[in-house]
Amino acid sequence: MRIAMPERAERPRAADNGALALSVDDLTVAYDEKPAIWDIDLAVPEGILMGIVGPNGAGKSTLIKAVLNLIPRAAGTVSFYGQPYERARALVGYVPQRGSVDWDFPTSVLDVVTMGLYGKLGWFRRPGQRERDLALYALEQVGLADFAQRQISQLSGGQQQRAFLARALVQDAQIYFMDEPFAAVDAVTEAAIVGILQALNKRGKTVLVVHHDLQTVAEYFDWVTLLNVEVIASGPTADNFRPENLRKTYGGRVAYLHTANGEA
Amino acid sequence: MAAAEAPASADRRVWIIIGLIVVSSLLALPLSQQVFGLRLTYTVRVVALGGAVLGVISGVLGCFAVLRQESLLGDALSHAALPGVAIAFLLAGRDLSWLLIGAGIASWLGLRMVAAILHTTRIKQDAALGIVLVSWFAAGIALLAYIQSIPDASQAGLDHFIFGQAAAIVERDVSLVSGVGLAVLLAVALFWKEFKLVTFDAEFAGANGFRTGLINTILSTLIVITIVLGLQLAGVILMVGMLIAPGIAARQWTHKLEQMVVLAAVFGAFAGAAGAVISALDSDIPTGPMIIVVAFALVLLSITLAPGRGLLWSRLRQRANRSRFAARNTLLNLYRYALRHGAANSPVPDDFIRGVGDRSAELGLRQLRAKGQAMFSKTGSEAGWRLTDSGIQQARQIVHNEKLWAMYRLHAHRLDLPLLQEDRQAAIASVLPAAAIALLERKLREVEDNA
Repeated sequence: MRIAMPERAERPRAADNGALALSVDDLTVAYDEKPAIWDIDLAVPEGILMGIVGPNGAGKSTLIKAVLNLIPRAAGTVSFYGQPYERARALVGYVPQRGSVDWDFPTSVLDVVTMGLYGKLGWFRRPGQRERDLALYALEQVGLADFAQRQISQLSGGQQQRAFLARALVQDAQIYFMDEPFAAVDAVTEAAIVGILQALNKRGKTVLVVHHDLQTVAEYFDWVTLLNVEVIASGPTADNFRPENLRKTYGGRVAYLHTANGEA
Repeated sequence: MAAAEAPASADRRVWIIIGLIVVSSLLALPLSQQVFGLRLTYTVRVVALGGAVLGVISGVLGCFAVLRQESLLGDALSHAALPGVAIAFLLAGRDLSWLLIGAGIASWLGLRMVAAILHTTRIKQDAALGIVLVSWFAAGIALLAYIQSIPDASQAGLDHFIFGQAAAIVERDVSLVSGVGLAVLLAVALFWKEFKLVTFDAEFAGANGFRTGLINTILSTLIVITIVLGLQLAGVILMVGMLIAPGIAARQWTHKLEQMVVLAAVFGAFAGAAGAVISALDSDIPTGPMIIVVAFALVLLSITLAPGRGLLWSRLRQRANRSRFAARNTLLNLYRYALRHGAANSPVPDDFIRGVGDRSAELGLRQLRAKGQAMFSKTGSEAGWRLTDSGIQQARQIVHNEKLWAMYRLHAHRLDLPLLQEDRQAAIASVLPAAAIALLERKLREVEDNA
């Protein structure tokens, strides 16, 4: 069911291997009169690890939510492997921001991870032993197997983030969207999460990550999208993560520009 | 500590509470007959049964209202039902089914109005709820006043929907509530997974292809139906208490949604029946408010007593922690001072140890003496606190354990040890396999030899 060629052959191919995991055309979202994101074009080839960076209010989360049909679009089309979202849903995994849920909700870590399989189960069907086994396996992958029966409020911030990652892993998607998985986690957790992302990437998954730390962009991601309401640049990190693009994205006052100058 | 609590013991706790409630209810009935001269007349039994049935339904749905942080939405919706009752009376006369259908329609429209305000304006949720609650309730009162001015005997008692009128409940009403309630509970069972997912993380549900708008509407509609079923007993003003109290109380005792819902149903049933029975003791005690009083007594008890979350529990835990840390710190202070002044069993001046430990030193010294780990002698140059052999051994163990934890933090990654949540109070040997401890011991020896 996967890898259909993009419908529009006239679009420039972004990578050699051809298939676009995600193609976004003219996407615009407006909460008020002012657009939150404007005229976004993205061509994301299969199998890349992409960082989405930009200042606060640049529309990074909005972009992900609009792509996933979670908020209404004012204009634009989105396709996954050449298909609209409704038909490609099983190929898409999502890690929302950690702060978007109530962590005092009465449920266990294993239960939360099992929720990643609810979509596959569809309406009315209950998760069973098979689903619990898959969830437990995902928890092992993120190093939380010992925490399976814990109530979720007993997790630290980093563990919450890993539980969310495990929930996305059980979705067994082809393309993953992660909204600030590194927000307020310690260095050890960040390293663990990066390891998971790279392992996913090695298995050919496409991963898009909203990211804030410019210092680590080049290290973590082979592709980057610089966003500030509009797409400033998008493509391989080496070609696009450059001082002039950063200046266009953040304005001239980013201290990091100096170090980037040296590297670029 | 809540974190260390075994899931199995928490599971058992819920069943124990349910058992306690059932047993105490069974015991309380003959007791109240003997002591208070309660007579379980047919009317009392019907009202008590109605209260219990309603308690089960509102307890179950109330859990979702509480978890969605929509308790006040329940309040607005029950107030919004009043004009519906009045209009239904004007159109169809005094027939309970029609009155409740009218209430349901008005309440549901109130729900849509809250949603519409939130979607189309920048008014926040609390203000939107306030607008709907007050405007619909005022309209209801005005309509009731108008109805009362109509010369027609049948309008008598319509204003009982404001505070509820349990005495008016007859067997037919109980069957109506039970029938509709059963359908509501079946719907909850059917949509269990969907309700749980949407309540916890609606965004994720949406990304997984669930129609969250539809699920939310179904859940809200079930809550509206529950509210409407309770209007006759509790009235529009107090119904929200019936809805949220059992859920709030149940939440204190368990960390599992399934158990929370079952427990809330039991709490609700108990409050409904007990409130009805208590109010039967004296004709001046109104049933609806009595039910709510019982329900919130359960909330108060739960907030106070529940392990893990309760107030009493956290006070006890604080005390236990304070005395545990006092003993440990005092032991280490004695040990370090003694080592610096000769040997591990050198005497430590009373002034010093009380000086560094502040008030906790007193607590710590008392415990150490009771455990035989330290003793006090007054004589001559030996005056002071002295660690016994078992005290020295204990101190060495603590220090060694802390060093191993330090090694773990430094080298766990490179030694490929399992990833643990560090708890330096815990014996590291009890959480890591022996082979891992051996590795850490070797690392520690290397470091100490180098130093």
